[in-house]
Amino acid sequence: MTFREAIRKALSDEMSIDPNVVLIGEDVGVYGGCFKVTGDLYKEHPNQVIDTPVSEEGFTGMAVGAAMMGMRPVIEIMYADFFTLIFDPIVNHAAKTHFMSGGQFCCPITVRLPEGSGTGHGAQHTQSPEALFQNSAGLKMVAPSCPSDAYHLLRAAIRDNNPVLFFEHKMLYDMEGDIKDEALPLGKAKILKKGRDITIVSYSRAVQTALETARLLEEKGIFATIVDLCTLKPLDRTTILEEVRNTGRVAIIQDPNGVGGIGAQVCSEICSDPKTFDSLKSPVIQIGGKCTPVPFSKELEKSTIPNARDCAERITSTIKG
Amino acid sequence: MDRDALLNLLRLMLDSRFFEEKTEQLFKAGLIHGTTHLANGQEASQAGLCAALDDGDWIVPTHRCHGFTICRGSDPAEMFAEMFGSVHGLAKGLGGSMHMPDSSHWNLGSSAVVGSGVPLATGIAFWNRFQSVGNAGFAASTFSSPKDYPKTPVKNISVAIFGDGASSRGSVHESMNLASIWKLPVLFYCENNHYGMSASSDRMISSSNVASRAGAYDMPGETIDGNDVLAVYEAVRKAVEYIKEGNGPYLLEVMTYRTKGHSKSDRRLYRTAEEEKLWADRDPIKLYERKLVEDGILSAKEIKGLEEERRAYIEEKANKALEESTDRLSPNDVEDMVYATTEDRS
Repeated sequence: MTFREAIRKALSDEMSIDPNVVLIGEDVGVYGGCFKVTGDLYKEHPNQVIDTPVSEEGFTGMAVGAAMMGMRPVIEIMYADFFTLIFDPIVNHAAKTHFMSGGQFCCPITVRLPEGSGTGHGAQHTQSPEALFQNSAGLKMVAPSCPSDAYHLLRAAIRDNNPVLFFEHKMLYDMEGDIKDEALPLGKAKILKKGRDITIVSYSRAVQTALETARLLEEKGIFATIVDLCTLKPLDRTTILEEVRNTGRVAIIQDPNGVGGIGAQVCSEICSDPKTFDSLKSPVIQIGGKCTPVPFSKELEKSTIPNARDCAERITSTIKG
Repeated sequence: MDRDALLNLLRLMLDSRFFEEKTEQLFKAGLIHGTTHLANGQEASQAGLCAALDDGDWIVPTHRCHGFTICRGSDPAEMFAEMFGSVHGLAKGLGGSMHMPDSSHWNLGSSAVVGSGVPLATGIAFWNRFQSVGNAGFAASTFSSPKDYPKTPVKNISVAIFGDGASSRGSVHESMNLASIWKLPVLFYCENNHYGMSASSDRMISSSNVASRAGAYDMPGETIDGNDVLAVYEAVRKAVEYIKEGNGPYLLEVMTYRTKGHSKSDRRLYRTAEEEKLWADRDPIKLYERKLVEDGILSAKEIKGLEEERRAYIEEKANKALEESTDRLSPNDVEDMVYATTEDRS
């Protein structure tokens, strides 16, 4: 099953259980979604798939109000870049609903955000905006790296009584994988590989880069643990710190630029925990995308995100001094 | 309307007015932290609207929310408590003057982002239509145009309350379009008090009134005297019936005046004393009291008695809240309020 089919299956399974689960977005019906994620979902659940006009702020605000009444809307924002249009309903309203009502209301809304570069769509269709949301108290954020996690995390996001931003990297949509029986809950990181020399922390599409980096390192006799964050907010601090202490070294690999990003937050957690900081044998290695808008030109676009060869070289030179 | 209903309207207006007067006094005495937005002069709009709603009809007020909150049925003691920041407040002291949600009285609370409550109220209408129609009303592929949507009666409506200032927000226009294409049971209630902070509606709104914009969204629009409580009540009843029949949204604009400044720091340099005097003469409470006397419903003496009773009632509520005002959430409790808990699914 592909990553895109896993998302569709999660939506379908939740819709079957609960009529209050509705998908709201642009071209999610007969068109099948801009990235063909929803496909024929409208045939299976004709009453729960709702096409909207181009009114991201309006329909997201509407979904926030409906969620406060007990519905479980899932919003599809065609490109994550359009997050600018939903900042007000999500950050000022959904995220603060439970708090500002003294617990009278909650807001179980899920926002699906297709993100990331590699598609040649230019700077306004390729951003990864998670960094801009992580500062907002009351939100949860998820970024799966494989079909099984996409399936289980989307179902968990829909069931969660808080607003959850669900980041889908567009370059993962065709990725194949089986849906595992064991459900991955929100708030848990996954250890993909165990090694003795260094811990690599990553998430979303960059996990592919992390795995390839580990393979290249093995050729040089360096063995890496790989932690896939899965949930970006709240971070699974326990797993991150424990795995860093186990190897005493850490590299953080992410596709978006590193300024104020998820990697920076992970680094802050590591450096501000005395036991973990003391365990470090070398400085934290931060590898992120370039701090530029994403260029259109194919080769230039590729150069804005980290590649495994460069990652392996940086890690090797740090370890071997 | 029977005598009780007529008296109830006056009671709601008096409670709202005395609440604002007491609030102003408490602020001036330094007993309340932060800021406040008083709605003196707008009582007919607030009482007329809320009295015309049925149980289960939700409101999403503006940031100038005290009168709407009282008229929808909240306990003024819990409202004062909210402004004192105490745990007995409607939002446990986490909201303040602009945030007084009360789910037991179908009040979602207001947004402090002017105009952002409108899509939320549209969302309540979306849910209401869902409750009444079942999901079928929204199928992505079933209907080719809004005209094909079935006209199905709904049990409850929601009211998106916004001011003349908010009428220029994109989200308000987007909400009107969404509500119209899906025939959502929402009353767009524009409380035009002529000023968004210092900006007069004459300077800031392209059309001569807000209601005329209804035509662009294929819904009825009407402008009425917002200082005449009976006119407001009748107009809202008419709109509520239209919406409940399943016809879709309705835009009602009530013309009123904010006799105080925008907030406590406002010196009102942007308007004239003559203009203020003109509206003071049209004070909605005085207008209504005069009418009740003329119609022989109440004597001048009975009105004076009712005023004294309502002032004492508000005073008592303020004192109760003040006595308990030091009961506060702890900083740890506050952190626990950020996320809602989620039940495990078995």
